[in-house]
Amino acid sequence: MSAPVFKNPIVRWVDYRLPIFSFMHHEMHEYPAPRNLNYWWNFGSLSGIVLMAMIVTGIVLAMHYTPHADMAFASVERIMRDVNYGWLIRYIHMNGGSMFFLLVYIHIFRGLYYGSYKAPRELLWILGVVILLLMMATAFMGYVLPWGQMSFWGATVITNLFSAIPWVGESVVAWLWGGFAVDNPTLNRFYSLHYLLPFAILGVVFLHMWALHRFGSNNPLGIDTKGPQDTIPFHPYYTYKDLYGLGVFLIVFAIFVFFAPNFFGEPDNYIQADPLVTPTHIVPEWYLLPYYAILRAITFDIWFLEAKLIGVIAMFASILLLMFLPWLDRSPVRSAKFRPIYKWVFWVFVIDCVILGVVGANAPGDLVFPNPEAVPDPETGDLPGFKYLLLGQIATAYYFLHLLAVIPLLGLLERPLPVPHSISRPVAAGAGVRRMEKA
Amino acid sequence: MRRISIAVFAACLGVFAPAGAEAEEGAELTHQSWSFAGMFGTYDRAAAQRGLQVYTEVCAACHSLSLLSYRHLSGIGLDEDAIEAIAAAVTVTDGPNDEGDMFDRPGRPADRFVAPFANDKAARAANNGAFPPDLSLIVKARPGGADYVYALLTGYEEPPAGFELQDGMNYNAYFTGHQIAMPAPLSDDAVTYADGTPATVAQMAHDLTTFFAWSAEPEAEARKRMGVKVVLFLIVLTFLFYAVKRKVWRGLH
Amino acid sequence: MAETMKPAPDGHGDSGTRRDFLDLATVAIGGMGVISLAWPFIDQMNPSADTLALKTIEVDIAAIEVGQSVTVVWQGKPVFIRRRTAEEIATAGSVAIDDLRDPQADIDRAQKSEWLILVGVCTHLGCIPLGQKPTDEKGAFGGWYCPCHGSHYDTSGRIRRGPAPENLRVPPYIYLTDTLVLIGESKAPA
Repeated sequence: MSAPVFKNPIVRWVDYRLPIFSFMHHEMHEYPAPRNLNYWWNFGSLSGIVLMAMIVTGIVLAMHYTPHADMAFASVERIMRDVNYGWLIRYIHMNGGSMFFLLVYIHIFRGLYYGSYKAPRELLWILGVVILLLMMATAFMGYVLPWGQMSFWGATVITNLFSAIPWVGESVVAWLWGGFAVDNPTLNRFYSLHYLLPFAILGVVFLHMWALHRFGSNNPLGIDTKGPQDTIPFHPYYTYKDLYGLGVFLIVFAIFVFFAPNFFGEPDNYIQADPLVTPTHIVPEWYLLPYYAILRAITFDIWFLEAKLIGVIAMFASILLLMFLPWLDRSPVRSAKFRPIYKWVFWVFVIDCVILGVVGANAPGDLVFPNPEAVPDPETGDLPGFKYLLLGQIATAYYFLHLLAVIPLLGLLERPLPVPHSISRPVAAGAGVRRMEKA
Repeated sequence: MRRISIAVFAACLGVFAPAGAEAEEGAELTHQSWSFAGMFGTYDRAAAQRGLQVYTEVCAACHSLSLLSYRHLSGIGLDEDAIEAIAAAVTVTDGPNDEGDMFDRPGRPADRFVAPFANDKAARAANNGAFPPDLSLIVKARPGGADYVYALLTGYEEPPAGFELQDGMNYNAYFTGHQIAMPAPLSDDAVTYADGTPATVAQMAHDLTTFFAWSAEPEAEARKRMGVKVVLFLIVLTFLFYAVKRKVWRGLH
Repeated sequence: MAETMKPAPDGHGDSGTRRDFLDLATVAIGGMGVISLAWPFIDQMNPSADTLALKTIEVDIAAIEVGQSVTVVWQGKPVFIRRRTAEEIATAGSVAIDDLRDPQADIDRAQKSEWLILVGVCTHLGCIPLGQKPTDEKGAFGGWYCPCHGSHYDTSGRIRRGPAPENLRVPPYIYLTDTLVLIGESKAPA
């Protein structure tokens, strides 16, 4: 880690006073990355690039958008119709939101599979969860800005969650709204915060990177790097690997932007907000559906706690619990590669999350397997059979069971496979000794 | 997602339907063949222009098209003179003038499409309390899109036996709940096409839907054209990145 | 990226021509992409289609008395319309053109000599000159006076004293009838 000597005299002059080039050299050229990272490790840098794209397109959209309840909808349509390339920039921003979540979710599941949250990377993981929370808040407020029907009613439903807080709930909701309902003051503050929060995300991303560079990336084997033979410089190896991944991602992104720009959207959001008419179905954007399913799964009071309050607590807990994962998982092995049971349990968890998403997209009273012959109860209109509500409750139960029971118990009961000695000798410890003697 | 949301939509209708009601979902949509469908689809200019005629002569009596200006009509192939003429045929309320009064003048290409009613309340009052929605985005704003709009326009029929139709409502096979306030807007030869196309209900519905598809997504042609170029470019670039990556990594293994 | 004197990492140094060509092609194509991507983000700040569409206004000048001025708004800027007195026309016409900073004859600045139509924006730094209201300071040449930096314009709107480099601009316009002016276009619409 000797200080690099720069050829260019201007670079040298600047670097002596502000060692920014040394810093970049240190964090890019010298930064030792495990040599065995697979393509699942592309998603962190991809997320960062999409964050930058969101900020740039967002700043541009803000130049044309009018944050007023009477004009917001028309101003978005003006962007689509009259602003030069406005449709392109808006569709990049709109689909970029979905892409950002998609990438980050893959990034998170990669961390779960390879145990990237374990010591000494606990804080790195917690910062990641903070980023996810900030992203959700930002996305939610951004979705309100076009002031379509789904914007308005999504805002109404989500802000009403806070009315579940005992005693002060109603006051908190009025405070969030700045009025007696979602209205112009709400739109204005959401616009302000939607502009602010991405920069907060950027700040936490910086901390996330800082924490990452402290110990370097985890790797598919989940073992620590033992020396230079286990690592390669980040540049050029991973810069080019990331660029290749970026290319593939951009193709997917472009297909959505240019050929299916409203794939992730809801037709209702092309109807201007009407405070007197609720759409027949209110669904959040796809990336929030699992939480929405957890929220709606709680339909029963527990002791003195109302169902609504428990639902809200469960929803927030579902994310906040992730922060405790480094301590819930007691297994000494990081990577699922060497955890024969966790390997399967992980996929159960993935499927559980997908099921929660599907449940979130469907009406709770609807049948999972539609049965045209089902006769609704004449009294209540209920259909007999397996409903999404029940599926959601089972999936929610498993979600918490997984984090609170399955993972801690596996840490105690599971017998991990032998772990390789080092990355450069990717063989199990016992076999590794023989190899080393041979060498 | 659109498929899912249709399912969701239909599902919700089932859930929220009053107890004991008949199946409330609209009938299954049939796919029409649209000039603008697919990666390379473009708006059939002649159909869209005929659709504009139907809108002007039929729909515009109740429905606004407030997100469009007359100048936008160049997007369906009308030239400047035609647009000037269309704009000049309407009366726009402008003002206030130097005396502080509003005044009427002939429309200009830069004007928005003139709405039939002064405001939403007037529109509601004139239509028995039912609000005729703005049609600028109608194709984007309904699950099923163009197929739905077409189906709705052609879906008027006699209610099945035993169906209780409320006063002032009309039966439509594709409308949610089947009871729609709008009476069947199209009838054969409701308009006379200048190009001699027979003005059947199906033809007019098709033309009108093409026009509304364009009004909802006027950027679609430019978008798809650019998209083809961008995707081809990205494939080349990705291939190059892959080749460089391979080259860089080759010595490592 | 800063170049360093460190040798390339192992396995990175095979200097075949294919490598060079690949690098060049990638940089060139990637650069093209970045530049093409930049354009929409630059162009979005140009006037949008709805702004460009509002390029003309019609002004009824029937009510303007001799010696009176009105100000109308065209493309977000004030347009001065002055119905000049015979005296003002005579003064404007009698100036020795060669002595002017921005030489222009009065007959080239007014289609009908009685009516002077000008963009009311000082050509120095964009302030609005005084001289439209009867009570305004009109400057040393009886036309307009810009209070920001003291530019004096004559009764033809030409710069005579002060820092402004050019005469007040004449917008494109056309008389649709004797009393109706279309500002913003120099050809009658079809």
